Amino acid sequence: MPEPTTFPRLLLAHADARPDAPALREKYLGIWQTWTWRETATEVREVAAGLASLGFKRGDNLAIIGDNRPQLYMAFASAQCLGGVAVPMYQDAVADEMTYVLDNAEIKFAIVEDQEQVDKLLEAREKAPVEHIIFDDPRGLRNYSAPGLQSLEALRALGRDYMAKHPSFIDAEIEKGKTTDVSVMLYTSGTTGKPKGVCQTHEAFITAAQGGVAFDHLVGTDNVLSYLPMAWVGDHLFSYAQWLVAGFTVNCPESGDTVMIDLREIGPTYYFAPPRIFEGMLTNVMIRMEDASKLKRWLFDKFMAVAKRSGAKILDGEAVSFGDRVKYALGNVFVFGPLKNTLGLSRIRVAYTAGAAIGPDLFRFYRSIGINLKQLYGQTETCAYVTLQPDRQIKFDSVGKAAPSVEVKLAENGEVLVRGPMVLKEYYKRPDATAESIDQEGYFHTGDAGVFDGDGHLKIIDRAKDVGRLANDAMFAPNYIENKLKFFSHIKEAVCFGHGKDAVMAFINIDLTAVGNWAERRNIVYSGYIDLAGKPEVYELIRECVEKCNAELATEGELAHSQIARFLVLHKELDPDDDELTRTRKVRRGFIQEKYGPLVDALFSGKQMQHIETQVKFEDGRTGSIAADIKIAEAKRFPAVTKAAA
Amino acid sequence: MSDRKIGDVILKAENISLSFGGVKALTDISLDVREHEIRAIIGPNGAGKSSMLNVINGVYTPQEGTITYRGEQRKDMNTYAAAASGIARTFQNIALFSGMSVLDNIMTGRNLKIKSSFVEQALWIGRARREEMENRKVVEEIIDFLQLQHVRKTPVARLPYGIKKRVELARALAAEPNMLLLDEPMAGMNVEEKQDMCRFVLDTNDQFGTTIVLIEHDMGVVMDISDRVAVLDYGKKIGDGTPDEVRNNPEVIKAYLGAH
Repeated sequence: MPEPTTFPRLLLAHADARPDAPALREKYLGIWQTWTWRETATEVREVAAGLASLGFKRGDNLAIIGDNRPQLYMAFASAQCLGGVAVPMYQDAVADEMTYVLDNAEIKFAIVEDQEQVDKLLEAREKAPVEHIIFDDPRGLRNYSAPGLQSLEALRALGRDYMAKHPSFIDAEIEKGKTTDVSVMLYTSGTTGKPKGVCQTHEAFITAAQGGVAFDHLVGTDNVLSYLPMAWVGDHLFSYAQWLVAGFTVNCPESGDTVMIDLREIGPTYYFAPPRIFEGMLTNVMIRMEDASKLKRWLFDKFMAVAKRSGAKILDGEAVSFGDRVKYALGNVFVFGPLKNTLGLSRIRVAYTAGAAIGPDLFRFYRSIGINLKQLYGQTETCAYVTLQPDRQIKFDSVGKAAPSVEVKLAENGEVLVRGPMVLKEYYKRPDATAESIDQEGYFHTGDAGVFDGDGHLKIIDRAKDVGRLANDAMFAPNYIENKLKFFSHIKEAVCFGHGKDAVMAFINIDLTAVGNWAERRNIVYSGYIDLAGKPEVYELIRECVEKCNAELATEGELAHSQIARFLVLHKELDPDDDELTRTRKVRRGFIQEKYGPLVDALFSGKQMQHIETQVKFEDGRTGSIAADIKIAEAKRFPAVTKAAA
Repeated sequence: MSDRKIGDVILKAENISLSFGGVKALTDISLDVREHEIRAIIGPNGAGKSSMLNVINGVYTPQEGTITYRGEQRKDMNTYAAAASGIARTFQNIALFSGMSVLDNIMTGRNLKIKSSFVEQALWIGRARREEMENRKVVEEIIDFLQLQHVRKTPVARLPYGIKKRVELARALAAEPNMLLLDEPMAGMNVEEKQDMCRFVLDTNDQFGTTIVLIEHDMGVVMDISDRVAVLDYGKKIGDGTPDEVRNNPEVIKAYLGAH
């Protein structure tokens, strides 16, 4: 491991060693503009000196708000040159939300992208102490005359003057920086209560970045496209920490709407996206294939079958028959290659996904066409760096093994505990919260429940607080089972019950589009959602899904006890308007259990049929009620299979 | 909202009358436009708004009346002369080249700025090459300004209505006009698209100081963004003044309530 260092020193090292290599790119006026490492270092120093001339001191916090722009990435380093802390904030937050963070972090200086952010800060300034607002894009700001407002250009000019007067100032400041200084403060979204500022040191992020860079052999010639919010820990690790550690090129898209076009033009070698982006890409491909000519469709289907059979195995270096290797190579020429090119993924060496569970079919699709898509696990408090999937040891339902220099263990209740240099220093001004989440031995309590499988891969199953116990004390992870069910295209939502009971029961919401299509192809006539949900054929269809899910659970050790005994198909869609889901579409299990009490009781008591009347809210705000008799079906359960037998 | 100074009258239409056979489209209309202002012409359907714009633009020649633009009086100005004198316009019914990309459509707005010959352009030599680069730069700045980057290479036919309207505005801006005539720029748009368009119109006026004459059906939009509003009804001018004056003008209220 190289000696401990700080981000500004890493930047200067690149500027010395490879001054003319590209550090940053941004598409502007239709042309990719490049900043070399030398130019980047110069600009960072100028901005730092400019900030210093305005009174920015060691330990001050600098707010950074805007889309992914080279100037804003450089602002992180500028603050850090002076021993300051970068505080990136979500660019789509409204002024009110910003006020809390600005006030909490005592922000006096902010570097922002454009008029939109300036307007919000000027509004927030009435309640928060922001003194200096520096903007990059001057459009629309010509006639603003608020005190302390100036352009980045003007700040850099101030910086140049300052450096002319104090030529050794910046270098001396960088020299003073310690690796244990806080480098960045990332606010967690805070589902409960106010957001908390997670303080991370240079050491934490540099360790995490070095680990990841070595793990995936990232080098200076790699390219990434940075399009995820800069306030999010993942972007900070991939586009800032790893950028400065590995010295690769960070590319910023032209605008939020052009990401897919820019992706194709840049052809990144290293890529990160949450599952929904991969899902969106696949949906686009499928829609366009529907419209393609017969020959193309035939080719696609033919070769995708080969890919499904052996693509992932070839990627993992497993044994594949010679015939399939030849077919796969042909498929690469005719289908996979052009497809990857269209998606902008043809140069990908490593791609990661995280943040939510990824569907097995989705995951396998990308791997089968030869994209090395892997999963990782981490949170803001651990620099998004806890476990990684090693090459050739990929499982769709695990998040991999403990990453270099991370210690992971499970608590009594299954909660994942993490120790290592990447664990947060503290929550800003919240010693109570810090003490609550880091224990005596230095383990950070993630709040996630997990299990290790036979190969030492961590599997995240649920939020620790949601995990219950069945009557026989076996672990019951409702969210995990619900996710499994939701991966079936015919199932839109699922709610499982079983805490303190001797078996698991489930409510199912069918997906109207998918099941409706399925019904039409089979000439099943239905009048609407309620009618369709109650069809015996639909129950049969759902039973198959539930039983497949049970068969999988049977192979998963303790979770084998959580197989679904009985289920019913709900007569209405769960809806945030009826408070059954949160706005981010998470199931509110407790509320549903109460609202549909008679149905839950009927499931556990083994009845065949139950009548229910439910209040519903229509989109225009009126309420009404719908009544239905709901059938209850049994599902087959399987004997637990031990790992060796599987 | 800005330091733009509304200047002198640059366009003056006096006693304009226009008829098609027996149908009187415009009767004795006089109105003026000052430099850097946003001037709206409103009125119910068939009030003669588009005819008035077409007269200013030189598409129609009025039977009576005169038009003075920047001190020069023209009885019958043709469209080419209008464009050459710095007047650009958009159309109520989108008039773009639907098979061409957004970029190429906007490039056509640079037509009058191209001096190189056909042969030079065909061979892409000499100044043709330099001109194309210069023009492309101007066009790219407009694309950036109107946030059209994501559709730069998309054929216009594939775009939604609101974006097509924006492309029209972009093409008009590509001519770097002094005066921009907008024929119902917000017609048929949803609320969000209207807000976007309003912002772009205001930004254009603010950023480039372009004088804007716009026709609108939607009173609300006009009152928010215009400096002065003229109201037409059945080919006659029934009101003229600041939005507040017009809003309280009894004749205007009558015309609008009548045509409700």
